Amino acid sequence: MKITRKEFLKISGACLIGLSGKKALAVLDSSAKGQTSSASASKASKQLGMIVDTRKCIKDQGCTKCIEACTQAHNIPSFKDPAHQIKWIWKKPFDDLFSSYETQYLEPSLKDESTPVLCNHCDSPPCVRVCPTGATWKRKEDGIVMMDWHRCIGCRFCMAACPYGARSFNWVDPRPEIQNLNPDFPTRTKGVVEKCTFCSERLAKGQQPACVEACPEKALVFGDVNDPKSEIRQLLAKSYTLRRRPELGTGPNIYYLV
Amino acid sequence: MRDRVWIIAGLFLFLGLVTYPVWHDLVAHTASTPPVLAMPAHEKQCVAPLSYMRTSHMKLLLEWRQEVVREDKSKYVSFNGKVYNMSLSGACLSCHKQQEVCTRCHNYVGVRTPYCWNCHLDPAQIKRSAR
Repeated sequence: MKITRKEFLKISGACLIGLSGKKALAVLDSSAKGQTSSASASKASKQLGMIVDTRKCIKDQGCTKCIEACTQAHNIPSFKDPAHQIKWIWKKPFDDLFSSYETQYLEPSLKDESTPVLCNHCDSPPCVRVCPTGATWKRKEDGIVMMDWHRCIGCRFCMAACPYGARSFNWVDPRPEIQNLNPDFPTRTKGVVEKCTFCSERLAKGQQPACVEACPEKALVFGDVNDPKSEIRQLLAKSYTLRRRPELGTGPNIYYLV
Repeated sequence: MRDRVWIIAGLFLFLGLVTYPVWHDLVAHTASTPPVLAMPAHEKQCVAPLSYMRTSHMKLLLEWRQEVVREDKSKYVSFNGKVYNMSLSGACLSCHKQQEVCTRCHNYVGVRTPYCWNCHLDPAQIKRSAR
């Protein structure tokens, strides 16, 4: 059997088309798969958040159980000098928190009340954007704005960036000012910034954050705000809540029930 | 050539002074002994073989730190399959005393004492100070 030049070119051309077609199919297939997998990943992502139910909170009776529990769990020093204070969860007057909602005739109970505040674990945290060392970052698995104190160089850019004042700087060695040392959690050193981490160390053990557990009135509700079945979402669905300065676009994840 | 005696004597003096520590130890029989780390009573094996821990414990600690703080992991499977909780205070100090396992050896080899303990706490020391 003899092949002419014309026939040879036809056969080789057909073979080339066949090969390239197979490759093209493989590429299309993989891109289709990639799209579906990324879509399902974004749907599955968690965002932990908290509701502070100011109606249940008995701060007017001087309750500071949440703050005490946090202080004990995380070796937070108690400086008397307000310039040195370290704050993870603390209290602020309502009209300071929600100045845009404040009116001259605000309910007197709200006006005098101080409300528990903590890091908002924002959707797009400005503190993370400015950190030059990657010492603070947003966890992909659960949306916690975490800190790595080993990496913090104490530049305080994050403190300038945070619109909520949720970060504190250790101006002096905090250790002598810690009342009851908890050996399971490290202290910090002078020159390091710190803030609430939603008790990541307790969550890893399957426990609730220390403040949530300590609240005698169950005024703090903690959970995944991206999960429609979670307790926090169900409470959000049936109540009107406020967030601190949402107009800034940071996407705060602490909700206040008033 | 007139100074030959002085030069040679000076060289000997120099050599003698430089090797003084060796002479001194040989004469006084006081050779320094490296610190011996006893195996804790209730354990047979560290999280890694002794040779590895001796040369590379800092690498292991950095890996643990990376995984616990940045990757939200907590368990370490050792070379013999035993599972440990990655924790400086919780795992290392559950067997060792900080003074014995860190400070003593670092002092012996003249390496700066690690600053881990500026933040991390030794549970034994807290108990002692509480008493």
